[in-house]
Amino acid sequence: MAGNRRCFLKSVAGAGALTILGSREESRASGGQDRTEGVGVLVDCTWCVGCRSCEKACNAANTDLPRRPPEVFEDESVFEQKRRMDHGAYTVVNRHQDPDEPGKSSYAKIQCMHCLYPACVSACIVGALTREPNGPVIYDSAKCIGCRYCMAACPFQVPAYEYSDTLTPEVRKCTFCFQTRLSQGEMPACVQSCPMQVMTFGKRTELIRLAREKLRKHPDRYVPHVYGETELGGTAWMYLSGMSFEKLGLPKFGYHPVPGFTEPIQHALFKWFLPPLALYGTLGGIMWFLKSREKRAKAESGEESTHER
Amino acid sequence: MSADERAAPVAKRFFTPGMMVLIGIMLGGVGWGLYRMIFSLASVTHLNDQYPMGLWIGVDVATGVALAAGGFTTSALVYVLRREHFHAVVRPALLTAMLGYTFVGIGLLFDLGRWYNIWHPSMPWMWQGNSVLFEVGMCVMLYLTVLYIEFVPIVCERFMGRVNLPGKLARLNDLVDIVLRLADHVLGKVMFIFIIAGVVLSCLHQSSLGTLMVIAPYKLHPLYWSPMLPLLFLTSAVAVGFPVVILESMLAGRAFDRKPEMRVLTPLAGMAPYLLGIYIAVKIGDMLYRGSYVFLFEGSPASVMLWIEFGLLTIVPFFMFMSRDVRRSPLGLFIAATMYILGVLLNRCTVFFIAYRPPYAERAYVPAIGEFALTIGLVATIVFVYRALVTLLPVLPAHESEA
Repeated sequence: MAGNRRCFLKSVAGAGALTILGSREESRASGGQDRTEGVGVLVDCTWCVGCRSCEKACNAANTDLPRRPPEVFEDESVFEQKRRMDHGAYTVVNRHQDPDEPGKSSYAKIQCMHCLYPACVSACIVGALTREPNGPVIYDSAKCIGCRYCMAACPFQVPAYEYSDTLTPEVRKCTFCFQTRLSQGEMPACVQSCPMQVMTFGKRTELIRLAREKLRKHPDRYVPHVYGETELGGTAWMYLSGMSFEKLGLPKFGYHPVPGFTEPIQHALFKWFLPPLALYGTLGGIMWFLKSREKRAKAESGEESTHER
Repeated sequence: MSADERAAPVAKRFFTPGMMVLIGIMLGGVGWGLYRMIFSLASVTHLNDQYPMGLWIGVDVATGVALAAGGFTTSALVYVLRREHFHAVVRPALLTAMLGYTFVGIGLLFDLGRWYNIWHPSMPWMWQGNSVLFEVGMCVMLYLTVLYIEFVPIVCERFMGRVNLPGKLARLNDLVDIVLRLADHVLGKVMFIFIIAGVVLSCLHQSSLGTLMVIAPYKLHPLYWSPMLPLLFLTSAVAVGFPVVILESMLAGRAFDRKPEMRVLTPLAGMAPYLLGIYIAVKIGDMLYRGSYVFLFEGSPASVMLWIEFGLLTIVPFFMFMSRDVRRSPLGLFIAATMYILGVLLNRCTVFFIAYRPPYAERAYVPAIGEFALTIGLVATIVFVYRALVTLLPVLPAHESEA
């Protein structure tokens, strides 16, 4: 049953790197549509100065977040620690010191990556998380049952939860400003707010072209990789950096989408409901065969059957 | 059917000193449960954005489902494979499974942030066929229904011809009796449909419970992450079924001053080595194939847990069940069964939160006292209801000295 699965994973000692053996099967999650055709954002970390304007704009644009006065976003002491997004912030900027080159540092804004093959969407038991055809991964709290499986599934550890809310806790993550701005033809608030134009909003295919152009023109400025172009099947938000992406806190991932591990198992087990029905039939057959053999044996020995069922 | 195979209500005093202690533990659980419902998850649990699933998922749900496997394994053994010799354990195993799954649902209510939406997955417009959790949820819901249906004949047997409702309801006595007789008659004819369905549904969700964490290949430690997780969960659940029945029978025997029914338990334990052997073979094969054995000595929580839950609490009871002397000794059986049950408990906890390594974890997740208290309170409630039902209904084998 589990043996003839299409994708096998082999864990490689030490590195923890994952190498896929066998054919690369497109995730069922794709539904046939070309997911690379949506919108995206290219984040060029080499230009980020850590002004936190994006955090301020995000809080201002997303009125469901706890209101915070603009001054708090001018506090630079937050860079003493690595922060994560939480139920009160969809995006945060961190400063990363290069451990190999003292004095060299880089800022990086983080938020939901809006995966092309989102694990959270695949995991969600009620479809409260969905991926819009043009890219944004959005959340509908009315459907949510609060199981938090999306949080366990997300490889980037993005979704946060309102654990302190008794009655209507929500999963919290960047919305790509889908309902508030994108649907009105505007770019996300953080992108628009950035004084350094760290972020470029546009068609994802165009952004990849732009990123490659930058890498070609300024090979000394960048690590030669577009983070998010292929990671886990690709993400709508992509990064360019002057230091290795792991130093920026962006994990090293293979190209295989995470739902590509579970969905083939699920869909193989439930292909036209044949495997469950086959199991049902087999068990029924065994039961019938043994029961009739019992009856025959009893009839032959002349005993009366007194067993119920 | 001979007299000693017949089940009967237990004729014992219900409120013993032990039961009073049990009720105290239950009340503790109720207190923490109420506290969580009034003051949110954050007020009771140590769950956070790094560790969204904790003790309640690992024990109340995952272990609860695994340990309730005794229900479908015994009904497969007795009704499908027609091993009538084990008839005496079917009803207690069925009751345990029914209570186990009921309390999986109740436990889940405390863990779900929006528990009042628990019905959402059953609504077609919210079905999400890609979600492993959706399949687990649907199968568990259907199986719980099947378990209740399988239990109906036990209720009928007790009350048919003996319906005696209090007060004004007494005039409904005849009607209720007719309903019971009808239910018993119809179910007697079609029960095989539900019995087989119960086995199929169990195989499906026991394995899918393992598939749940396959979606976190970068978070789960390589000693535990594997595309084989569904097979590992299924085989370990099948293997733990009989040990649970054995332990439960011995504990019930102890509670009601009966001798352990070694006549049934010893041959039941005789099957454990085969079932455990399958699980152990799959687990070791998986570690060899994926090369994850290289992490065995790294000293991480996952590797330590593997030695404890697999090395000590799975392989050792496997060898114990192999020994004829152990199988014939009540104490030996008790120890072997308890060890493997603990092994499964720790295995499920390891998969769901101990070997779970979020990339930006600030600190390890250690369950809060309220989480432990609610879990223990739920277990105590299961024991309480179990005792109440075996006192009320013909579940345990009839006992001459009490007749």
